[in-house]
Amino acid sequence: MVSFLIRRTGVMLLTALCLTFCVFFLTNLEPNLEKLTKSEGNQRMTDVEVQSWLEENGYRQPLLKRYGEWLGVAQGWTRTDEEGKVSGRCIKRGVPVEEAPKHCGLLQGDWGFSLVFKENIDGIIKEKLGLTGKLMLCVLLVMVPAALIIGVIAGMREGSKTDRTLSTFSILTTSTPEYVSGVIFIIVFASKFGGLRWFKGTAATAMENITFENFTLPVITLALYGVGYIARMTRASMAEVMNEQYIRTARLKGLGFSGVVLKHALRNALIAPFTVIMLQIPWLLTGVVIVETLFNYKGFGWTLVAAVGNNDIELLLACSVVAVFVVLVTQLLSDISYVFLNPRIRVS
Amino acid sequence: MERLTASEIFIGLLTQFTPVWIGLAVILAFSWLFRSKLGLYGKLFGSPIGVAGLILVLFWVLTAIFADLIATMDPLTQISGMKNKKPGWPVSGEEGQWYLLGGDNLARDVFSRMVHGSRIVIAIAPAATIFAFMVGVTLGLPSGYYGGKFDTVLSFIANLVLAFPVILLFFLLVTPEIRETGVPLAMAGVLFLFPIIFFLMLFYSRFKEQPPKLAFSVIVTLVLGFWAYSGLAFNKDPFGVFYMDPNLLNIFVAVVFVNSPTVFRIVRGLTIDIKTRDYVAAAQTRGETPWYIMLWEVLPNARGPLIVDFCLRIGYTTILLGTLGFFGLGLTPESPDWGTTINEGRKLLAVYPHPALPPTIALMTLVLGLNLLADGLREESLRD
Repeated sequence: MVSFLIRRTGVMLLTALCLTFCVFFLTNLEPNLEKLTKSEGNQRMTDVEVQSWLEENGYRQPLLKRYGEWLGVAQGWTRTDEEGKVSGRCIKRGVPVEEAPKHCGLLQGDWGFSLVFKENIDGIIKEKLGLTGKLMLCVLLVMVPAALIIGVIAGMREGSKTDRTLSTFSILTTSTPEYVSGVIFIIVFASKFGGLRWFKGTAATAMENITFENFTLPVITLALYGVGYIARMTRASMAEVMNEQYIRTARLKGLGFSGVVLKHALRNALIAPFTVIMLQIPWLLTGVVIVETLFNYKGFGWTLVAAVGNNDIELLLACSVVAVFVVLVTQLLSDISYVFLNPRIRVS
Repeated sequence: MERLTASEIFIGLLTQFTPVWIGLAVILAFSWLFRSKLGLYGKLFGSPIGVAGLILVLFWVLTAIFADLIATMDPLTQISGMKNKKPGWPVSGEEGQWYLLGGDNLARDVFSRMVHGSRIVIAIAPAATIFAFMVGVTLGLPSGYYGGKFDTVLSFIANLVLAFPVILLFFLLVTPEIRETGVPLAMAGVLFLFPIIFFLMLFYSRFKEQPPKLAFSVIVTLVLGFWAYSGLAFNKDPFGVFYMDPNLLNIFVAVVFVNSPTVFRIVRGLTIDIKTRDYVAAAQTRGETPWYIMLWEVLPNARGPLIVDFCLRIGYTTILLGTLGFFGLGLTPESPDWGTTINEGRKLLAVYPHPALPPTIALMTLVLGLNLLADGLREESLRD
């Protein structure tokens, strides 16, 4: 078990390094840097001026060195100009040169400065993750019980009419991506066209004050796409368990159907869906970006879109690190929980 | 001229789709008559869910084929006075012409845009899925069959791509800046090689002992393959037959890149399972080459799950293409594809909902059709 954990964590760290390097490479492509220079300086800079600006601000070092600086394992660059004024990656405005640290990167907790929001990135990320966290919590609270109930009821009596209906419903939800269901929900429940004006079509006010009216549509939109998949997994696993010998034994010894389902089948049937739920969290990320854009909820996904749209390289890198981290940690947790929950694997 | 009523719009839509109804009737009738000779496809007619899926998919395929006949207007022409007009509005200045589903924000016909949008989706999604399968199969078979270091490295790379959040990958890979650097071209150069390698190995392993057949098939593959390759990947086709717009190439490559690791994992898993079977051992005893066993023994026996996954994956690719359009990545803003149209329509959703609704329903029904089809196929293939 311990060696399994160590090996998995090692692979995870290696994956994280490779992925962040890929992101770093793709965000620091030459045209992006030129765009950055022009938005920092001015739009009418000549090519020579652009090159000298990039040179002065440390963008012309080898890529690996810059990645190291950003990560915080290599020393930040410093540069002394003709007047003897020292500038550098870690030398902030208003701080004497002697007090500036040698390393300043991700590992030191220095996430950089956002050009769009004109704020330190760690503050932005914390705030936006909080907002998205609330959304995700509501989504999981709706999605997981709904999906498990649908799956268990469908799998309980395989091939019955209830099973057919619920399975078709699951297929329907997996065929409806967030940008389709969101648009339909807004038209039906939030516009004069649908006639019912039960909810609001925007969640902008939910950032301060979550109400039933402004938060229902984003949560339902996001939950719906995931429900079908988890429900189908639960159904398959439930149907398999219901065909086992020990279920037949329990039935034959005279236990009622509900007793069999609740006491014997449920616990074994829920192992597989549980690991699937963990793996759904990174899947939700795409949905979060779509829903936050559609409903104008300024959380993590919205920030990611803003960072891409405004060529805010440091913010985009920070968002990517968080996204990659979430994916890898949920994968690890899913692996561990699978081993933990399944006695057959745990013993061997 | 009067505005059309709801029932008149409905009848108008039914009449416009006439070529599709005829096509559907012909195809379904012939498939039904010869269902006993059509293998898995024929058995599909035993499952109502599968038939429903097949009808939905055929509907959109036929719509894409007959788009020019079905559409009432040009998808890009703007007619003054038709901006955001409600469904069934008569075209100003033209007798007997209506905007059946209304006009969008730029005064274009919503219905014709939806119909022409199906062309883009139906053309890209299956093609991208086929390429993803070529990559996944060509790498997954040896990875599962040989195992060892080769497998470890490839699996690590596949997991690397899978750990990348899809949306982030799209934001990074589908941008005008990245097109300037030529990264998509390089990726296309690598990814588009796999179909050629696949067919070369396929023919080589089969006809190794028959030099005339081998020479013929290899030469045909090489000539056709590299002809298409030069045009699609680098736009250097000397005859100008194969061509892909740089924006389109960028999207195509990104979608193939996202899909291939999953296909790789599925094929690898199936290969590991199938290579323990007796017929593989028999082929090994006969002295067949590893590539013959992989391509002519393992692959045909893995076709059931692969066909099901192929259907599901086309649906997923359609969703991915819609996502790209929704964020305005890749295709031009005036493109009639469904994702882009939804993105344009959502901005005025509270006031004018009608431009956004038709493409959402179109996309949903196509994906639903593919998913139902996959479900029907899975049920029928499990039955024997």
